[in-house]
Amino acid sequence: MTIVIKGGSIVGATGVTNADVLIDGDRIVEVGQGLRGDESLDAQGCHVFPGFVDLHTHLREPGREEAETIETGSRAAALGGYTAVVAMPNTNPAQDSVAVVKFVRDQGVRAGLCDVFPSGCITVAREGKVLAPFADLTAVGVRVFTDDGNGVQDPALMRRALEYARTLGVTMAQHCEVQDLTRHAVMDECACSSDLGLPGWPAIAEEMMVSRDIELCRLTGGRLHVLHVSTRGSVELVRQAKRDGLPVTAEVTPHHLALDHELLRSFDPVYKVNPPLRSMEDVLALRQGLVDGTIDAIATDHAPHPPRDKELPLDQAPPGMLGLEYALGVVNSVVDVTPSRLAEVFSINPARIAQIGDRHGAGAVVGAPANLSVVDLAATWRAEDHRSASLSRNVPYRGRSLRGKVRHTILYGRAVVRDGEAMR
Amino acid sequence: MRHVRSISELGRDRILGLLNLADRMAEINSRPVPKVPALRGRTVVSLFYEDSTRTRLSFETAARRLSADTMNFSVSSSSVNKGESLRDTVETITDMGVDAFVVRHKSAGVPWQIAQWTTAAVINAGDGAHQHPTQALLDAYTITRSRNSQDLAGLRVAIVGDIRHSRVARSNVEAFTALGAEVLLVAPPTLLPPVVSHWPVEVVHDFDSVVDSVDVLYMLRLQAERMNQGLVPSLAEYSTHYGLTPRRVARMSVDAQVMHPGPMNRGVEMVVDPAEIRGSLIHRQVTNGVAVRMAVLFDSLAVEPDHSALREEAR
Amino acid sequence: MGGSGQMPVQVMQRGDVSRAIQRIAHEIVERNHDLGNVAIVGLQRGGVWIAEQLAAKIIAIDPTLSVSSGALDVSMYRDDLRIRPVVDGAITEISFDVTDMLVVLVDDVLFTGRTVRAALEGLNSFGRPRAVQLAVLVDRGHRELPIRPDFVGKNIPTHAHDEVLVSEDGVIVKAPQ
Repeated sequence: MTIVIKGGSIVGATGVTNADVLIDGDRIVEVGQGLRGDESLDAQGCHVFPGFVDLHTHLREPGREEAETIETGSRAAALGGYTAVVAMPNTNPAQDSVAVVKFVRDQGVRAGLCDVFPSGCITVAREGKVLAPFADLTAVGVRVFTDDGNGVQDPALMRRALEYARTLGVTMAQHCEVQDLTRHAVMDECACSSDLGLPGWPAIAEEMMVSRDIELCRLTGGRLHVLHVSTRGSVELVRQAKRDGLPVTAEVTPHHLALDHELLRSFDPVYKVNPPLRSMEDVLALRQGLVDGTIDAIATDHAPHPPRDKELPLDQAPPGMLGLEYALGVVNSVVDVTPSRLAEVFSINPARIAQIGDRHGAGAVVGAPANLSVVDLAATWRAEDHRSASLSRNVPYRGRSLRGKVRHTILYGRAVVRDGEAMR
Repeated sequence: MRHVRSISELGRDRILGLLNLADRMAEINSRPVPKVPALRGRTVVSLFYEDSTRTRLSFETAARRLSADTMNFSVSSSSVNKGESLRDTVETITDMGVDAFVVRHKSAGVPWQIAQWTTAAVINAGDGAHQHPTQALLDAYTITRSRNSQDLAGLRVAIVGDIRHSRVARSNVEAFTALGAEVLLVAPPTLLPPVVSHWPVEVVHDFDSVVDSVDVLYMLRLQAERMNQGLVPSLAEYSTHYGLTPRRVARMSVDAQVMHPGPMNRGVEMVVDPAEIRGSLIHRQVTNGVAVRMAVLFDSLAVEPDHSALREEAR
Repeated sequence: MGGSGQMPVQVMQRGDVSRAIQRIAHEIVERNHDLGNVAIVGLQRGGVWIAEQLAAKIIAIDPTLSVSSGALDVSMYRDDLRIRPVVDGAITEISFDVTDMLVVLVDDVLFTGRTVRAALEGLNSFGRPRAVQLAVLVDRGHRELPIRPDFVGKNIPTHAHDEVLVSEDGVIVKAPQ
């Protein structure tokens, strides 16, 4: 059975072309004008992107299925235009063993809504003491390792991890946070936190580890990916590392591009996140970094929490925000970038970093796997009008106008999202 | 129905209005039968997640003097079920019928969160290190009435001690500056908030350099655990540099006044016995607490009159 | 009197007011032979100036009498929950012990009687008077409670929505706009 995507503008790294796309089975077989197929997906007024790849999603399963499951998270991902997600390993049990990694991947296959690539922990149980079995995990397909939620505090351990990364050809992704400087922190350390009497997370707690790991990368040659960059100092450190030719990549979340720390004056725990929302100067520096190539990718850090957890007092509430269904709409409404750059940061670059470029990120190219996202970049909508597929509701975008909505998502040739509705 | 959650939410006009109302309440408190039916039929619920007998009793007395019914849920008693969420507790009490919550919680922001789950007025009796508006109101009331003035214009007030962790300090900075005082913060750098350059205050690390030139010395309590957190080297050193010692009292100007929100740490921030300080307003602070809280409850729960009610003035 | 759309009517002149107060002072002295302990208490705000004048005139009639005077604000005692804004300066000043005293409450206008009821309750928080009497300059009718004045300056029938304005210069009845 063939499917044709009609009337869209195809986005590649080099530019945009108006053409139809014909899909047969799980492959793209033709790109051209006036194509016909057994089924048709209307892409009038839309751009046809390579399916988005999220380097940073919390699917919560196993361990916190009341917040999200691999199925509901995959559905949210598909609705957001994602055909692949890298699942974070802070599950319970953690993704520090082959058994858990296989479980997560199989659940993703069973849900059949997007490709789920589990990341592995850097240390066993993310405790920061003993390295996880990198070789075993790499053998079953893990290419990204992280203790996300925690940063690896011990520099000697991180050095070893990066040495392994170099040997195995994998990437160490760091949640940069010097925990001794962020004890009890609830938000950014700033004038606002001083007014509210809340302990803060100073920017240097992130920058010190970014700097440390860049030097360890320089020493070892292992690939380093900086998760959720949040400060202008971190952006500058990454910029310099790239000038030095180091194998360093960086991601930024939609919320760090759109929101700033003044929102915490409402004391609404929906705005509590790690790393925290920062100042407008940081936000502007992050946007600039995205535009000029310092930052390689958008990563949602989709972090579901059930409503009762986000109704706790601010200092007790867990940090984290939903992101999969809103990422495109948020980023496109606050940063002025070309569709080609959007394709790079939402798909091509993260696919490369996750080492899944053979399956994702190619876009509408003949012979490539049909993993595509059809997006109306001009459509405006509001977060509160969208019924999320997530089990959780911690969306920080109420009252904002988002620009850009996913119309169809095609996963290996199947329309898993059609006209904005999930098909399964 | 109006909330009283932070001083900045009140603004200068409402603060002055509350101080004037407190005068009336003080007069009621001086009567043989210090009770009026103004809030009869209203229910005021104390929701104290942090222990504080003094403040809670002060509020309950205030409510009862206005003939309101009171209920008390405090975490030390079993009536607040620790497993029950804050939202469940607030919604259950709201369903039972409540006109005002008086809330104290160790987490900043709780009075704002609670307001989303209830139609009752929310009175903040202290949220984390954020605000303690009724304390600031009674402090402002105590200073102005002791000087027979309406506001604090022209006064130099020094707040001394652990500003960083003090909700009293934050509320007082807002209240005193709103009423026209010049405010100084006296503290070591580790006990100041990370950023205060935007506060309308002067910051001083040397207590002795200002002790003789201020009109009011407001001493804050230093909690012993600050030493364990590495914020002060030792209590003795803190006391030497930032405590109110006899030598400093002797250097105070003749009309200077001393205040403290209580409870006091003798030998730490108060080295001298307050009973021996001529300008001490500490007892008055406690007394005025009830009158000020009566004013706050009355002002919060009084129905806003519409214009037809104003005509009833003539009846 | 009054009526919609009509001009305000002055029903008492300045002289009428002062004569009425003088007469009431005499009536109070006559009615209460042993004025051993008497207090003249004006209700805020309209009754206060009248109470002051009454107290002065009573003393002028009989200088041997000791007359206490005070003011009572009833805004905390109203029985309806619509509490009018607390007026600055309308304070309560009762600096004497009311126990066993004869208290004469004084107001400018007696209307529904609710203010007087509130005043009776307010007085109770100061102690238990021997007796309470009521003196008003104007009784405009429309009572809603069983309250009756002991001393009246003038009975003036009005419509319920009329406004009655009282001062030393006279009494005016205004129809609603």
